[in-house]
Amino acid sequence: MKLVIAYIAPFKLDEVRDALKAAGVTGLTAVSAQGFGRQAGHTETYRGSEYEVDMVPKVRIEVLVDDTLAPTVISTIETTARSGSIGDGKILVVPVEDVVRIRTGERGREAV
Amino acid sequence: MEITSGDTAWLLTSSALVLFMTPGLAFFYGGMVRAKNMLAMLMMNFVAMGLITIVWIAVGASLAFSGTGKFIGDLNLAGLMDVGLGNEIFSAYPIPDTVFLMFQLMFAIITPALIAGAVAERMKFTAWVVFIVIWSIVVYSPMAHWVWGGGFIATQVKAVDFAGGLVVHINAGAAALALVLVLGPRVGWGKQVIRPHSLPLTILGAGMLWFGWFGFNSGSALGAGGLAGQAFMTTHVAAAVAATAWMLAEVMSNGKPTTLGFVSGGVAGLVAITPAAGFVNLLGAVIIGLAAGIICFLALKLKSMFKFDDSLDVIAVHLVGGIIGALLLGILADSEINELATGGMDQFGRQAISVVIAFTYSFVVTFIIAKVLDMVMGIRATETQEREGLDLSLHEEQAYVMAD
Repeated sequence: MKLVIAYIAPFKLDEVRDALKAAGVTGLTAVSAQGFGRQAGHTETYRGSEYEVDMVPKVRIEVLVDDTLAPTVISTIETTARSGSIGDGKILVVPVEDVVRIRTGERGREAV
Repeated sequence: MEITSGDTAWLLTSSALVLFMTPGLAFFYGGMVRAKNMLAMLMMNFVAMGLITIVWIAVGASLAFSGTGKFIGDLNLAGLMDVGLGNEIFSAYPIPDTVFLMFQLMFAIITPALIAGAVAERMKFTAWVVFIVIWSIVVYSPMAHWVWGGGFIATQVKAVDFAGGLVVHINAGAAALALVLVLGPRVGWGKQVIRPHSLPLTILGAGMLWFGWFGFNSGSALGAGGLAGQAFMTTHVAAAVAATAWMLAEVMSNGKPTTLGFVSGGVAGLVAITPAAGFVNLLGAVIIGLAAGIICFLALKLKSMFKFDDSLDVIAVHLVGGIIGALLLGILADSEINELATGGMDQFGRQAISVVIAFTYSFVVTFIIAKVLDMVMGIRATETQEREGLDLSLHEEQAYVMAD
C-alpha cells in the first residue's frame, strides 16, 4: 500500500479530485496548507506600507491506495495538477505498513 | 427658543446615529488588527459606551456645559438631577435639555474610542479603562467647554468648530500621539508582517461611520432646518471627494487602488469636513475633501519617518484630517451659509490659534496621565500576553473558533 501525498495549487483541487475518482480512487483527504518553495511569494499593500508575503497557500492531498493503483494515481495527479507555471507543487509517495478500518477492524489491503 | 417637534425628532435621530458610529469604529479598527486581538479592539471601543455614559452623567456633562467659566464648567448639573422635560437650561436650542445632553454624550463616547486605534494590540485593558475615565474628565470635558460650552476658545479666541474638529479629532489625535510615545511600538513592528485580518469588517465599519456621520455633522446644526441640510450635503461631498482623491493618490504612488485606501480616504474626508460642515459652501467641501484625501494619504509616512507605531493611523487620519478642516475652514467659511464665520486671514488666524491650543493641551495632559498611569499600574500588556494575543490573555475569549 502507498500513501500518495501531493501539494497542489488550491484552484486545482476540484479537477484533481474528479480525475482521481474517475481513475478508481475511493477516498482522499485534503488540507489547506501554506508554505514556500521555489515559487516566490507576493506583495501586499496596506495604507501604503508594503509587505512581502512569502508563505503561499497550497492544498495538501493524501490518497491511500493499493500498490497496483499507485502509478495511475501519481500520473493522474501529475497531469491534472500541472499548469506549467512555477508553483504547481510536488508529489510524494510513502510506503504504508498497515491500515485499519476502525468500524470493522479490517486490516491491510482490505481496509484501503 | 421654543421646543419644536421637528428639531427634536432630528436631534433624537442624530443622537442614535452618532452612537452607532462607535460600533462602526470598533469594526473599522477591528478588521485592521490581527485575529488574535480582534475582541480586545472591539472591547476598547464598546467599553466607552458604558464608562463614558456614567462619567458624563456624573460630572462630564456639567463640567462641559454648565456655568460661564472661561476654562471649565461648574458642577451644578452633576448627576443631571435637575434636568427636566423642557429646555430651561439650554434655552438657546429648540430641543429639550435631555436631548441636547444625550446628543453631546455620544460625542464624548466616540472621542476616547478614536484613540484606541493608535494603541491597538498592546495596551493593557485595565489601564485603558482607567485612562479613558480620567481623560474624559480632564481633557474632553474642558475642551468641549472651551469650544461649545461658552469657554474661552468660543468667546475670546473666537474660533469656530461646527461638529468637533478641535474637540473630537485633533483632541483624540494629539492624545493618540502622546499615548503611542509612552507605550512604545508593538513587538515585531517594522520587522514582521503585521497586516489586517479582515478588511471586509473594516469596510463594513467604514460604512457605519459614514452613515452615522450624518448625525454627527448635520445634527450639530442643533435643529432640522437649512443649516442641517447644508451640513448633510457638505459632509457627504467631502467624504466622496476624499475617498476618490485617496484612491487616485494611491494609484499614482503604489500602482493599485486598494479597498482599505478608499475607505480610509472617506473617513479622512469626514474628519476634515467635521469642523467646517455648517460653515462652507459646496466648493469649500470639495476643496476640503480633496485636501484631506491627498494630505492624509501622504501623512501615513510620518510614522515610519519619526518611528512611532500608530497602529491604525489615528494621527494621519484624525489629527492631520482635523487640522486640515479646522484651518481651511478659516479661509473657506462662507458668511451666507453661517454668519458666525467669514473666511479670510482673520478667521484663519483664530483657527490656527485654536488648533495650537487644542493640540498642546491634549498632547501634554495625555502624556502626563499616561506616564503617571504607567508608573502606578503599567499601561502595557506583557510581552507574553502580546505574543499570545490580547483576546485570550486579557479577556479569556477567542474571536474566531474555527472548529467545534
